Amino acid sequence: METIAFYVFSVLITVLFLVTILSRNALNAMSALAAGMVLISGLFFILGADFLGALQLIIYSGAVMALYAFGMMFFDATSYIKEKNTPALKVFLLSGLSALILVVIFAAPQIGQNVQPFIQAPEGVDNPHAIGIVLFTKYLIPFEVAAVMLLVAMIAGIILASKKMDVSLSEDDDHLVDESELKEEK
Amino acid sequence: MSLTLTHYLVLAAILFVIGLAGVIRRKNLLLLFFATEIMLNAANIAFVAISSYIGDLSGQMMAIFIMAIAASEVAVGLGLLILLYKKYGTLDLDNFNLLKG
Repeated sequence: METIAFYVFSVLITVLFLVTILSRNALNAMSALAAGMVLISGLFFILGADFLGALQLIIYSGAVMALYAFGMMFFDATSYIKEKNTPALKVFLLSGLSALILVVIFAAPQIGQNVQPFIQAPEGVDNPHAIGIVLFTKYLIPFEVAAVMLLVAMIAGIILASKKMDVSLSEDDDHLVDESELKEEK
Repeated sequence: MSLTLTHYLVLAAILFVIGLAGVIRRKNLLLLFFATEIMLNAANIAFVAISSYIGDLSGQMMAIFIMAIAASEVAVGLGLLILLYKKYGTLDLDNFNLLKG
């Protein structure tokens, strides 16, 4: 049963992410990415990481994709996207690097067969409970630092996005104004 | 046939390479962000799979912090993208080569 679910999820995720990187329409890419995020939470549920699955649904499919959707309202989302022609040397180097990463990923379980758990999962409690116990004992300081980082990111996002928010983009476009001034000077 | 750790690692590797191909291929900054999200998710799958198979919770902790970092990255990055779009009217990477040699 789990095997069937794993294969269904992995095929769907792969196809959806391929759509994300190959689609020429930004809206299609965003929808495929959101659907892929939801299916990845299904993988987490198969793995028994219930809390991570819920977090994946809330943070990625909820917050991040909603933020992208709102951000996309600022941009011209319906236009087609041009692709770039990458030089052959760069493609060669990057594909070699990714092949190296693949080899390391596949070799790691064989090398690390006798890995001992660093933090043993607490016995007799379910996954969210165990994560809570570990997060608020062993990982308390990184948790607080992450909270401060999220606060900083929130303030930065508000300040960056709200500059000149009171004027419309189409009425007050900086470089259009510059171009007309240049023409007048000529 | 039961699932092994290698299944999940192969899936994570495939998704990571998809994201890397997207980073190489895309010229639009917003879609470049999407490709980086795919790579972060591939890393998350690998972390959670290893933590679940070894019985060690620190992998899931790493996944939680990766999610926090991704969320703040999106908040700051989208703010910067909006500023860029207001300034140049496009998100095409080729228009941002201001440092001409």
